[in-house]
Amino acid sequence: MVVPIYHVLIFAALLFVIGVIGVLFRRSAIIVFMSIEIMLNAVNLAFIAFSRYHGNVNGQVFVFFIMTLAAVEVAVGLAIIISLFRNLQTSDITEIHMMKH
Amino acid sequence: MTSILFYIFAVFVLGAGLFVVLNRNPIYSVVGLVFAFMNLAAMYFLLEAYFIGILQVLIYAGAIMVLFLFVVMLLNVQPDKPRPGLVHLDRWWYALMALVFVGVFLVLVGEGTRMLLTSPAGEAIQTGNVASVGEALFTQYLLPFEIASLLLTVALVGTVFLAKRKV
Repeated sequence: MVVPIYHVLIFAALLFVIGVIGVLFRRSAIIVFMSIEIMLNAVNLAFIAFSRYHGNVNGQVFVFFIMTLAAVEVAVGLAIIISLFRNLQTSDITEIHMMKH
Repeated sequence: MTSILFYIFAVFVLGAGLFVVLNRNPIYSVVGLVFAFMNLAAMYFLLEAYFIGILQVLIYAGAIMVLFLFVVMLLNVQPDKPRPGLVHLDRWWYALMALVFVGVFLVLVGEGTRMLLTSPAGEAIQTGNVASVGEALFTQYLLPFEIASLLLTVALVGTVFLAKRKV
């Protein structure tokens, strides 16, 4: 055991919180998406750490599926952002409020 | 030596993450995120998850970030105006929520660590190479694997449909 697992987990928590801050504070839809990617990666790191310290490969299989999901999510999300930008000429999420009215 | 490297990479990832979140220019954010993902891949290697580390470089730092960069260029996103600022005064309760989240997560980490200490984990066996991950993927997790391929197909069709100019 080279690195104590709680160090890895605390690091994953910090990374996740950075992602949360990005989602909550930034207004550019693309930056919000990148913050979501940061959060997914923090979760992946926690999975890898548990997999390593349990000597169990299941966590890494989970990370594989999360990566697939992230790729899907990015493809669809960026397509949505492009079509929003095409219709509204903005990617500012505070200006996208068509559903309100 | 390994642990020193781990902490160095960890500091790099946190710095790059903060750079991504706090930077006003989306292109700089994308480059910072590529840097963060590369360092995360190095951390995966240090945790002996070699297959996932390679996937991290190929899929995240390669494919996904190129997609992000492509969209940033395509939309010609300008850097944020300085006027509204990064932190809105009416959003401080968001920061409070983030702090609450940190607290909850730390409690969970503590619980998880205690569970781990009581579990018969001990020394890790060789689990991170392609053979072991592939074996689990194609035996125990075969059905989820096939469902993932279906998901990718659905995403492909959906993306083409969404990005088409006229529906």
